[in-house]
Amino acid sequence: MYKVTDKELFSANVVKLDIEAPLIAKSRRAGHFVMVKVGDKGERIPLTIASSDMEKGTITLVIQNVGKSSAKICSLEVGDEITDMVGPLGRATHIENFGTVVCAGGGVGVAPMLPIIEAMKKAGNRVISVLAARTKDLVILEEQVAAYSDEVIITTDDGSYGQKGLITNAVESIIQREKVDLCVTIGPAIMMKFVSLLTQKYEIPTMASLNTIMVDGTGMCGACRVTVDGRTQFVCVDGPEFDAHKVDFDEMLMRLKAYN
Amino acid sequence: QRCLDCPTPTCMSGCPVQINIPTFIKNIERGEFVEAAKVLKETSALPAVCGRVCPQEKQCESQCVYTLKMNKEAVAIGYLERFAADYERESGQMSIPEMEAPNGIKVAAIGSGPAGLAFAGEMAKLGYDVTVFEALHEIGGVLKYGIPEFRLPNEIVEAEIDNMRKMGVKFEKNCIIGKTITYDDLHQMGFKGLFAASGAGLPNFMNIPGENLIGVMSANEYLTRVNLMDASNPDSDTPVQQGKRVAIIGGGNTAMDAVRTAKRLGAERAMIVYRRSEEEMPARLEEIKHAKEEGVEFLTLHNPLEYEGDDKGHVQRMLLQKMELGEPDASGRRSPVAIKGATEWVEVDEVIVSVGVSPNPLIPSTFSGLDVARRGTIVVDQDTMQSSLPDVYAGGDIVRGGATVILAMGDGRKAAAAMDAKIKSEKNS
Repeated sequence: MYKVTDKELFSANVVKLDIEAPLIAKSRRAGHFVMVKVGDKGERIPLTIASSDMEKGTITLVIQNVGKSSAKICSLEVGDEITDMVGPLGRATHIENFGTVVCAGGGVGVAPMLPIIEAMKKAGNRVISVLAARTKDLVILEEQVAAYSDEVIITTDDGSYGQKGLITNAVESIIQREKVDLCVTIGPAIMMKFVSLLTQKYEIPTMASLNTIMVDGTGMCGACRVTVDGRTQFVCVDGPEFDAHKVDFDEMLMRLKAYN
Repeated sequence: QRCLDCPTPTCMSGCPVQINIPTFIKNIERGEFVEAAKVLKETSALPAVCGRVCPQEKQCESQCVYTLKMNKEAVAIGYLERFAADYERESGQMSIPEMEAPNGIKVAAIGSGPAGLAFAGEMAKLGYDVTVFEALHEIGGVLKYGIPEFRLPNEIVEAEIDNMRKMGVKFEKNCIIGKTITYDDLHQMGFKGLFAASGAGLPNFMNIPGENLIGVMSANEYLTRVNLMDASNPDSDTPVQQGKRVAIIGGGNTAMDAVRTAKRLGAERAMIVYRRSEEEMPARLEEIKHAKEEGVEFLTLHNPLEYEGDDKGHVQRMLLQKMELGEPDASGRRSPVAIKGATEWVEVDEVIVSVGVSPNPLIPSTFSGLDVARRGTIVVDQDTMQSSLPDVYAGGDIVRGGATVILAMGDGRKAAAAMDAKIKSEKNS
């Protein structure tokens, strides 16, 4: 079970894995995630499902190597097995025809955003995708995103590809150019915070997919708790998506440093 | 040899699974230890576990004739149970109970905690084809993630689960009913009866200022990291904070487990903060005694009002409200009342919130047509444990809210008997 069937290197630090998990492939929807554990002494970490193939019975995960556990997963080769994987977890994204949807993804956050872009397009939305990365090598899934987007804008911090500058500049220029009905943002917490502040200024409803520390991922511990609209919520069962304008991003940024 | 072998053994009425207590004790007296273990297994799926974690002073031992009539110490039934089960396991001749011929009928337990395991054991004995579905990566529920190694070694839980595998029970880990597999899928897979035993895993918080600071966590998170993920072992990838001044909020068994764990992880000051007095504490007497012997401080009649952190958001101190006992409340316990103006700050670098748990909402929210009470528990018939869905039975904490291991096991046994009777009557009609 959970055998790696395909591996692709997106960049030096970002890996795409297809993993055998027929039950999860069948029941997952856009926005869902899995908890993954590699090895007997491994920790459980959350990873969003980027896509699935029901015929092959596989799901696709995109992993950025940022620490011990992600390094373990990135080092898996075709034929290796993931010790434990459970899902699909969390609430699926609410998809409907909103009108024009801006999908703003940063770094490896583009992977979990891909199924949302696809579902939004299929629901009849005009989809404008903004992909941000530090540098050209870290821009991922451009082709796949383009397949379901009416327009793709790429920004890099160093200007090595696409527009030079921050994701917020690109989003703001879209807002000034045309009517935007919904913004979806997935990426580093600090990026989501600033996208949220921007869209709040223009009163555009915004959904953020939060990436907090998790242990079980099924609602039994509260490690992933965040404050939304003044109330404590568990990201793993109440989320991972929330109204970005109501999320206490500063508290979330603080809690992400608990084990640093 | 103190057991008087009463003609009507009152001890048995105190045991939620009605172990034949005098018979197993008399077997021990005769030196027939393996026989004694067999008697235990007639009614209990996990004797080595129950002998260790049951609050015997409120169950069997409270009904022992020594306690009831003679005002003397009860027979140590729990220790004897533990001895017989341990002897059998270590002798390497663990037996499987007598089983009926397989009938090919598929039934499932949802959750592999004490209730699910008890149900699975009973149904396997009755000849059913039993599958236990578990969301986590290990079997055992609270026995694995909650109760610490020093009170219940995982090896013992594993041995009892292995014995159930020998009885033909199948275990599916990493599988969440309602998410990975739906209620409809289970029907398509041919399951004729389901026993929902998904527990009360949702931790309660107090919703007071500062509760989301770093270093404040639920007892479930703390114990899961240490017990299930082995976080205090340097070889484990899962980290855990190891505070020097640790406060545990609450007075139940979970609080005692957490505080004694904190002590073992190097806390210089480990405190129980409980809003009532020691008399009202729901924890086992033995656990309270052990905690005290290990140097745990008891701040009874204290209740936290808020937490304050340093500039990095790490909890630094807590404000405690001193309490006194007022009139008895609806449950008969004297309710705590704040003493006006009596507050104090106490320095802490780790706070573990252990103020109870709520039922896991997964099953109730994904099984349409299931009757659920206001607090999220599944509504069942008291005698049969049958829910509003005819093929779904439920028991343990998902029905009771947070309760004990042995009550959960009693529910599993009851549900098994009722489900068996129903399936057999349908077959014959």
